[in-house]
Amino acid sequence: MSILVNRNTRLLVQGITGQSGAFHARGCMEYGTNVVAGVTPGKGKQSFDGKVPIYDTVSEARKQTGSNATMIFVPAPFAADAILEAADAGIELIVCITEGIPVMDMMRVKEVLRTSKSRLIGPNCPGIITPGECKIGIMPGYIHKRGNVGVISRSGTLTYEAVWQLTQRGYGQSTCIGVGGDPIHGTSHLDAVKMFAEDAETKALILIGEIGGSGEEEAAVWIKTNLKKPVCAFIAGATAPPGRRMGHAGAIVAGSSGTAAAKIEAMKAAGIAVAETPATIAETLIKVFKN
Amino acid sequence: MNIHEYQAKELFQRFGVASPKGLPADTPEEAEKVATDLKTSHLVVKAQIHAGGRGKGVFKNGLKGGVRLCSSPAEARELAQNMLGHFLVTNQTGPDGRLVRKVMVAESVEIQREVYFAILMDRETGVPVVVVSTEGGVDIETVAEKSPDKIYREKVPPLLGMQPYMALKLARQLEFSGDQLKAAAKLIQNVYKLFSTLDCSLVEINPLVVTKSGEVLALDAKFEFDDNALYRHPEIVAMRDENEEDPREVEASKFSLNYIGLDGDIACLVNGAGLAMATMDIIKYAGGRPANFLDVGGGASEEQVTEAFKILISDKNVKAILVNIFGGIMRCDVIAQGIINAVRAVTLPVPLVVRLEGTNVDQGKKLLTESKLPIRAAADLAEAAKLVVAAARGA
Repeated sequence: MSILVNRNTRLLVQGITGQSGAFHARGCMEYGTNVVAGVTPGKGKQSFDGKVPIYDTVSEARKQTGSNATMIFVPAPFAADAILEAADAGIELIVCITEGIPVMDMMRVKEVLRTSKSRLIGPNCPGIITPGECKIGIMPGYIHKRGNVGVISRSGTLTYEAVWQLTQRGYGQSTCIGVGGDPIHGTSHLDAVKMFAEDAETKALILIGEIGGSGEEEAAVWIKTNLKKPVCAFIAGATAPPGRRMGHAGAIVAGSSGTAAAKIEAMKAAGIAVAETPATIAETLIKVFKN
Repeated sequence: MNIHEYQAKELFQRFGVASPKGLPADTPEEAEKVATDLKTSHLVVKAQIHAGGRGKGVFKNGLKGGVRLCSSPAEARELAQNMLGHFLVTNQTGPDGRLVRKVMVAESVEIQREVYFAILMDRETGVPVVVVSTEGGVDIETVAEKSPDKIYREKVPPLLGMQPYMALKLARQLEFSGDQLKAAAKLIQNVYKLFSTLDCSLVEINPLVVTKSGEVLALDAKFEFDDNALYRHPEIVAMRDENEEDPREVEASKFSLNYIGLDGDIACLVNGAGLAMATMDIIKYAGGRPANFLDVGGGASEEQVTEAFKILISDKNVKAILVNIFGGIMRCDVIAQGIINAVRAVTLPVPLVVRLEGTNVDQGKKLLTESKLPIRAAADLAEAAKLVVAAARGA
């Protein structure tokens, strides 16, 4: 088992003919992901690399190929519309990689998704991977190894850091999910924790958070009373100055809320092992995992 | 992005949000003319800098207060003379203060009542939330602490926006009645229109005042704009004042580098925002102080890496540099070549520690070794932090 994606996932790529879209679609295909369709308006009936049919709209692509997940590489000004189009077509899992979508656009998307059956991951995220089965996103596939640790994070390279530490020490991952660095996003830390809680293959969890918002605290509160699996957390941004946006649109300490100290406190209060530095994330998990 | 008070006033005018009359001035003569045109003996001259605490600030030339009342155009001119071209020190500027390049001359109003009104994008619920309080003119966090029952919050349905009845309800919550109720409700609707049209993440009016003559006016305002949406608001981008920003950050933004200046002495260059923050944290953990946040992104070019190095070494406080790259899609050999070219292009005045991991890491390390440049290689993140802290201490 794993969560959300596996070898039965039939992936569609919105923006497949763009530079990043094409590059990463190929990366996913090389990894073994079943990419069944691409969407670029105006390029319908063409083919991507002679292997993947391109459609003008998501609904046509879905009808023709039965795709059940999409990866979005549409530029920021048009990405919110791309998410809405995928939801309208009934795509079950929408993974939006695009960075820089206006918050006001995401607010409307979020409102529409409340009554939709589609699940959104991202935006501004590295994607999701179930090692050996399905990679949807921009993460380097080879650093992963199949196993029992579920990984949830907001960012890209910091997640690779943690995953690589695990893999080097012989600990594989069930699924790794990047929820994204934007203030308004689809799947939250808590949503992901709940899915991992029910996944039999996942025996332990790594939760990587950063300053801003309260997604990590919400997850911690739920973990305290509901989760029996060992959890290790790392929170980035203890040295970030307040009021400044640290790269990610969502990584900002506003007034006294969203500080690293408050998040670490919440994690510890929930009995979660907190790694003191990003270099010791895997070690910290392995310690609690073994006990 | 921040804007000046006079620019906020321009936006209020555009959206029909009532606020006291006033205009900016670059010279004492202009200040006098603005004051004359206002046709009132109740005047205020305000230094235009981005930092807060202006009222209680002190100019380096001895003038007390960056916000001063006066009663004639001649006085306004004299105050402007003493503010323009002088440094104002407030509790937010640091000891060097901020050079005042503009003042705003406005009508000063006699206040009968002050309330608090704000609209912000609430990330937990993903909808705009209006926050109002009858306790205006003081810091809202203080009110939240001392009398939380005096703060009222209301969500705005994102697809509907602020409806007239909601604005009325909020105005009643602020204890407005009669003609003032209608004026306040109209102001609230117009502020919401401004908030949503201009992609704000915060509009805070503190205080919103009732004057002795019964007018409802936005007296002071704070705006925050969503950087992601600036592409569709060129008029807001035009309000950017680079003089108010850290020159290192202005330079970095020209090359699309995500840079934030700090006051430590260990510079860092990292790919990815999360890892960049974590790198700052581990420097501190190892006993050092980070000089900056710098995310070169997932697809940095050689030119960007070179420019990034130039910005890092232009900071005279910097005693050592740490490059921390986790090559995913970005290959380590490409990064290594970028570093080598950058180091050759700029003479490196301080020790450089490099930690590479990920795709093609062996080729990357080989390139660095063969370059014969004085680069200290670290095997992992923990070692990198230790090495760079030691290097900054001259070890």
